[in-house]
Formats: sequence, C-alpha cells, structure tokens
Amino acid sequence: MNPRLAFLTGGRVLRQIKADPRTVGLLVVVPCVLMGLLAWMYHGTPIFDLIGAALLGVFPFVVMFVVTSVATLRERTSGTLERLLTTPLGKADFMIGYAIAFGIAAVVQAVVAAAFAVWVCGLSIAGALWVLILVAVLDAVLGMAFGLLASGFARTEFQAVQFMPALVLPQVLLCGLLVPRDQLPDVLRWLSDVLPLSYAVDAMQRVTTSADVAGDLVSDVLVILAWIVASLLLGSLTLRRRTP
Amino acid sequence: MKNGDVAIDVSGLTVRRGGRRVLHGVTVAVPAGQVVGLLGPSGGGKSTLIRAVVGVQVVESGAVTVLGSPAGSPQLRRRVGYVTQSPSVYADLTVRENVRYFGSLVGADQSAAEEAIALVDLGSHAEVRVQNLSGGQRSRASLAAALVGRPELLVLDEPTVGLDPVLRRDLWALFSRLAAEGRSLLVSSHVMDEATRCDRLLLLRNGRILADTTPDGLLAETGAADAESAFLALIEREVAA
Repeated sequence: MNPRLAFLTGGRVLRQIKADPRTVGLLVVVPCVLMGLLAWMYHGTPIFDLIGAALLGVFPFVVMFVVTSVATLRERTSGTLERLLTTPLGKADFMIGYAIAFGIAAVVQAVVAAAFAVWVCGLSIAGALWVLILVAVLDAVLGMAFGLLASGFARTEFQAVQFMPALVLPQVLLCGLLVPRDQLPDVLRWLSDVLPLSYAVDAMQRVTTSADVAGDLVSDVLVILAWIVASLLLGSLTLRRRTP
Repeated sequence: MKNGDVAIDVSGLTVRRGGRRVLHGVTVAVPAGQVVGLLGPSGGGKSTLIRAVVGVQVVESGAVTVLGSPAGSPQLRRRVGYVTQSPSVYADLTVRENVRYFGSLVGADQSAAEEAIALVDLGSHAEVRVQNLSGGQRSRASLAAALVGRPELLVLDEPTVGLDPVLRRDLWALFSRLAAEGRSLLVSSHVMDEATRCDRLLLLRNGRILADTTPDGLLAETGAADAESAFLALIEREVAA
C-alpha cells in the first residue's frame, strides 16, 4: 500500500467530479429537495420529526451508492483500470483513492442536507447537530463503500444501476422505517440485524430522540465503520490484475 | 539496456480466451533498443500477446519474461509503459491532467508531463478535455500518458490506427527516436505497410508466429515487392505445407 498514490488517485477522482457541475449539483440538491418534500407532506404533524432524520441517513446512502458504483464501473469498462494495474498503483490504493474522493463529496452532501433539514425544514433533534452530521456522513461513506463493492460484480452500466433496487431497496424496507425492527418476523429481524442500513437509521433516530444515548450510538457507529472497512476490503478483492 | 539484449522473452505461451485458444505455444524473443512490429490480421492474437507481456492476461501455460523479470512483476511497473488499443485516458479530464496523473503514479514530475505532451504534438491541446478531442488526438493523449514515465520498454497496441498519413509518419519517427535513445518498443499494427518502419517484424496469424525477421529479410525471403504481398506469400506457403 502506498498512501501517496492513494491521495493522487483521490485528487484525480475529485477533479473528475468537479468537471461535471451537474453531478455536483444533483449530489447536493437532491437530498435537500427530498427533505423539503417530506417536511411539506407532513406539515403540522409530528411524523416529520420521527422519520426525517432516518431518511436523512437513507438518502445520502442511496445517492452515493449509485454514483460510486457507476463511476468505478466506468473505470473498468474504459480500459483505464487495466492500465492503472500495470502501474505501481496498488489495488488498495485504488480503493482508498476512490474512498477519499467520494468521502469528501459525501461530507459536503451530508453537511448541506443535515443543515437544510434542521434550519430550513425545522427538524427538531434532541442531540447535537454535529453528531447528526457525523452520522449522516458515515451513512454516505457507507453507501459509497457498498457501491464500490457492488460495482465489482457488475459487467455493464445496466447491471450496476439495477444493483440499486436489488441491494439497497431491501435494506430500506427492513431498516425499521416502515415497520419497527423489533416487530418484524424473526427471520426478517435477523436479516435486518445484519444489514448495515439498519444501523445507519438506528443511529440517526437515536440522535433525534435523545441527547444521552452515548453507548448505543457508539455501538451503531462501530457497526457502520466495520461495514465500511469490510466493503472496501472485499471490493479490492474484486479487482483483478490479470483477467481472462 | 545494451544492444543485443533481450527485452521480452516469450516461451511456449498458450492463452485461452472465451473457451477458444488464441495463442498456441508462441515462442519469440524481442530484442532491446529496437522498434519491433507485431503485425498480423485482426483477431490473430496480437492484443492477447501484448496483454500477456504487460501481465494483465490470464495465461494457460508458458512463460513471459520482461526486462529479466516475470511479466507483471511489481518491479516492472515503473519500467514498462502500456498503451491499450482503445485510448485509456479519462475523457472528462484535460490532456494535461491525464498525463500529470499517470506521470505522478510512476514518479514523473510536471516538466516530464509537458515533455510527453510535446512529444505527441498535443501542446496546443493540453488544456482541452479528452472528450472534445478527435479520435487520433485521443490516442496520442493515451500515448503521452505512457511516455511520461520514460519507460525502458513501451508496449503499444495499434497506436497508429485511424491516424492520417502525416501523423502516422511522425509517430513512427518518434518511435525510432525513442529506440535510438536505447528504449525498446513493441508496436502492434494490422496495417502491413507499417512493417517497413520497424527494425524487426513479428508476423502473428491465428495465434502462431508466422515470421520473425527484418523488413529486408521478409522481402528477400519471399521475393515479394512489398510487405503486404510478402505476408500473403507466407500465408500461402503455410497453407500449402
């Protein structure tokens, strides 16, 4: 592993993102529009406070998943990945480079969306705003790491895009947003105990409902971090220097 | 690398792709410090042989030694420059951003990037995004991204395809200059006329080496007037045998 090469690669990916202002706009604006829509729909009811924060964890996860899986797939199909793997750049450097670049994009996205939810939409949170933002950032980074992993199993852009409904929607269904996780049938509850988005949503809900949930929040965050690291490691295994 | 040394040594290389054998026990040596042309029709195994040399091809059997190390070894990654058949540069970045990035991976600084851009004559297009370049300019940008690290061995898969005659002549002149500096080049092409621009020729057809010779040797051996008819003569001889 060579951190310098990982940073150089991260810088290059950031330059690519910057070269596409419409993507930057969509990354930042779409979660805000969705939050605003939700606040408007549930105007005058307590529901926005209940699910607003949870969805603040879901939106960045979904958006970063799609953007990252398509970006890395493009690298595979354009031949640039084959070329990169003949240079001193290691597979881990490649993955970490992408994680750095999209991690920074995720930070910007999560900060803007969380600030918009609290200050514009009036989302009331019991905990500190910075904790909300921190968890939102982690959720976005989780989506990115998951997208990197998924792109390893896609051969075409069509497949990559369809991994969204295949791998992300079931997590949204089982994360406790529709039916509280402890009321799910046993098998589904076990499944939701394993899936990373459940912890992302749990953590967001803890921040909104109580100012003092340090222990549970920390364990949620640790599970999310473990999933991020595992996805990046597994993702780098899907990079093959030699291909048939 | 001294003259007379071997840059690439391939022995008994057999490769299967998609259930079909595309290289049948190829054995060949590419001398150092020369421009060696890898010629033959499309689908004959040129790209597969090139991919094996840069170490990205899964091989069934045989050995490929490059600059004294097994193909694809970590110690070769700074010493070998590879240009894929379709331009493998980032379409959304400028020529300069691309060349600087690929250069930075092999420890080349920004002045090396400017030099490489000038070598392929893209100085006036350095700030243009690759997606706004013509096909020929794109492939030259891709070439610059390989030249930037001043590799000892350049492996180029059809670098002149689709270029106009003037650019093709300029690029072959560049290859000769690089060889004169002591660099080794393996350049594939399916245009037989380009054979005359090489120091040595390898003719690859149906996954087998048909000839390993010099341009003059090829013409003398077959009695043909040009490279294309010499190649046809070799094929007819093989079919008859």
